[in-house]
Amino acid sequence: MAQYTLRLRRYDPQSRQAPYWEDFDVELDPHRSVLEAILKVKAETDGSVGIRCSCRAAICGSCGVKINGRAGLACHTHLDKAAGSGVRADGRTIMVEPMGNMPVLKDLIVDMDAVHWKKIRRVTPWLIAREPVPEREYVVPHENMVDVTQTMACIQCGACVSDCLSMEVDPLFVGPAASAKAYRFVGDPRDARHKERLDDLAQDPHGIYDCTHCFNCIEACPKGVAPMSQIMRLRRVAGSDHHITDRNNGHRHEQAFNSLIRGYGLLHEAELLPRSYGGDSWFGKFHPAAGAELLDSLPSIVRAVARGKVSPKGALFGHRLGRADLNQVQSIFDKVEGEEQRHELNLYITGYEDEDLVKAASEEERGPHA
Amino acid sequence: MPAHDVLIIGAGLAGQRAALAAAQAGASVAIMSKVHPVRSHSVAAAGGINAALNPGDSWESHAYDTVKGSDYLGDQDAIEIMCRAAPEEILHLEHMGVTFHRSDSGHLGTRAFGGASAARTYYVADITGQAILHVLYEQLMKHHETVDRYEEWFTTTLLQDDEGKCIGCIARDIRSGELEIFNAKSVILASGGAGQVFKPTTNALICTGDGIAQAYRIGAALMDMEMIQYHPTTLAENGFLITEGARGEGAHLYNALGERFMERYAPNKLELASRDVVSRAEQTEINEGRGFPDGTIALDITKVPRKRVLEALREIVNIGRDFAGVDITREPIHIKPGMHYIMGGVKTDIHGQTAIPGLYAAGEVACVSVHGGNRLGANSLLDTLIFGRRSGEHAAGRARGTAMPKAPASLLHDAHSEIGAIVKREPSTGSRRISEIKEELGTTMNRYVAVYRDAEGLATAHEIVRRLKEEAPRATIDDKGTVFNQDVLAAIELDYMLDCAEAIVVAAEERKESRGAQFRTDFPERNDGDWLHHITISRNGTDVPRKGTAPVTITQWEPQERTY
Repeated sequence: MAQYTLRLRRYDPQSRQAPYWEDFDVELDPHRSVLEAILKVKAETDGSVGIRCSCRAAICGSCGVKINGRAGLACHTHLDKAAGSGVRADGRTIMVEPMGNMPVLKDLIVDMDAVHWKKIRRVTPWLIAREPVPEREYVVPHENMVDVTQTMACIQCGACVSDCLSMEVDPLFVGPAASAKAYRFVGDPRDARHKERLDDLAQDPHGIYDCTHCFNCIEACPKGVAPMSQIMRLRRVAGSDHHITDRNNGHRHEQAFNSLIRGYGLLHEAELLPRSYGGDSWFGKFHPAAGAELLDSLPSIVRAVARGKVSPKGALFGHRLGRADLNQVQSIFDKVEGEEQRHELNLYITGYEDEDLVKAASEEERGPHA
Repeated sequence: MPAHDVLIIGAGLAGQRAALAAAQAGASVAIMSKVHPVRSHSVAAAGGINAALNPGDSWESHAYDTVKGSDYLGDQDAIEIMCRAAPEEILHLEHMGVTFHRSDSGHLGTRAFGGASAARTYYVADITGQAILHVLYEQLMKHHETVDRYEEWFTTTLLQDDEGKCIGCIARDIRSGELEIFNAKSVILASGGAGQVFKPTTNALICTGDGIAQAYRIGAALMDMEMIQYHPTTLAENGFLITEGARGEGAHLYNALGERFMERYAPNKLELASRDVVSRAEQTEINEGRGFPDGTIALDITKVPRKRVLEALREIVNIGRDFAGVDITREPIHIKPGMHYIMGGVKTDIHGQTAIPGLYAAGEVACVSVHGGNRLGANSLLDTLIFGRRSGEHAAGRARGTAMPKAPASLLHDAHSEIGAIVKREPSTGSRRISEIKEELGTTMNRYVAVYRDAEGLATAHEIVRRLKEEAPRATIDDKGTVFNQDVLAAIELDYMLDCAEAIVVAAEERKESRGAQFRTDFPERNDGDWLHHITISRNGTDVPRKGTAPVTITQWEPQERTY
């Protein structure tokens, strides 16, 4: 048994009081969950503490909360781990508050419908079956079904939505959970509308190119769905397989990154903008939208130069790696792009969370050269 | 006042399937649940769903396995209906988008499951229930114009007209605390089981037997309530489920001496005998001192290739790691039998109709009875879907010839007063918290109404349940508000649980033989001469419930000795 201080964010909409913190002392084994501690408080001290919960085993997705500042399931977070994480990390205090990016209804309960489910409904979240519907089952590759099982593993807990930084800036962003849901159909060979779905999400200014790759959703997800990876896959399928050039310039921006790294070995920021608008052509520099955005960015550029973060020469001409290093960078591109099939990481296929498997795989890889 | 042709209470697999079927039959539909539909406990069903769809398999074989699994207490007409309809239902789910596992050829693939003579369990890794539940919810979102969803609404009472017909319900919007009358031509209960009556249990906190008690209170009969399934593989500390899929994939059971003891109890099927048999075997090993010191048995999944475990049993890899600190791909995990499922429920016919006109029941809340004395693994998902669909269709048909009822608004006033009385309860000397009463109920049931039972233990359990029933109305709550007042709901749920508990205990006392999940150490043999019938339980005011019997329907499989 160990002593913990459970610091709960309380809010009663009927009290006309602002939200406040309330401390409860709880004695439990360190491997017990934060949910068990909260339920103990409810059972023994204060039954009015509000939290949604049901299965206790990380399957139903009810008990999404923020624990010491990070979103997760209360039932899936051990007390010792919780008390040792976050800003305080004193081994004793566990701060639990409602998830972010969603309005709070009471205590730890948020309005999932107003944000999370609204976004899910935005992505046409049902199969549009390929015609003709077969008499028996659709015959589809084993790998495809295992692949979409990763997104089927989503339990709609909202943890990724809570910690999404893009959504904090742009509340209209379709967000990690809904994007993963979209991949569940785009990756399903039985769906008839892959291209329409992708076009919709690529053209939407709040769609898949609104993600800034902060990895928060991957860390928050208790089920290994890796929503950001699914967003990246949606982009790859949209751009590379369906050749969708979106009006947000998202795909061209990614291509510009690629071509610059390939050519320089490093990012050349001054080139990134024109290439994102005008492609690799030299004339791209004169793309009107590139000019407009350049003007827009001028103050930042001036500030960066003034503070010595970039030199004018470095900003204008970029750095190029030495020939030997650049060759190595390019050989990575050649190897990856030369594969017949695009590599996609999937939890159910590779078990990449598993260190031993990764080790085994890399040993296998090295084998022939050794 | 909302009014619908068909009102469905509960939004797990049975409820959602009923809603889609009723809507397809042209009815206006409302589906109501005290939790968001995807939080329903169907989400926890791991292993799969049975159907005789493979070439070479037959519905008769599936039905026979089910009858044998039920220890001949299942009604064979209902079992035939379920097993015949199973293949079509699997294909329907597949066409709707369920991501069923494929074989290398791209066709549907199956895994082995307990008590089955063929590998006929279709699955999505070990998240089958979750995958189906979420796909059905996709369909509810698609059909939002014909199915109204009332998510996080708590049903307090079923309503009847003067003739006794069920005409709707009163429900509380959990978000606001507002009460509302829902009028409906047909009402389908699909609110799941009563696992919380036991502690520990694999069941979620929401499984408090609401529907069973609600139907019982307005006069519907309950049936097979003594038949409580203890699942052979649950975690000792918290009761979490380790799917039967583990044994289906090849995991073995060992006692503390390292013996694969199932060789003694079920020499043919071994670990894949039916659940009652395996749980009893484990409990015997534990009771006779061959278990581990913590009262457990070892489940060894390391027999299964690691890659296969990571692909097909990922959820229990996580459960082992997160809740037991064990890497199941490398070492055995300690398990024991734990309360998992109630075969009994509200007695229905093959259309889902209860004894109350206009009231249907489907899924775990109901007792058709397809499971009889013991349910086979992967038959519960099938039960929810087949009888959910049939109830939805029949209820929609019934609604076509019925005028829309209108419950008097005065009923709302009564419901307000009842909830007001709970909120106003004042602590008095000796009054306990709801959580304390719930705890005593759960541990009592798990002690006396478990794998092995006898008259003395059952009498003790009954006495305690009666005492708790008297005490419950005095239990106080802390929350006096209306927004998400979970305290007041817990008080109502406790009353539901106590009604269920008493029905379970009374039925277990009544059945003086051993059949399926009911094993009486004082009557250790099955006795077809005296007990080849169902036991029904009906409410008798506040007195001890009335017991009755119902015949078992036998079509083509006469009772035989049951060995695995």
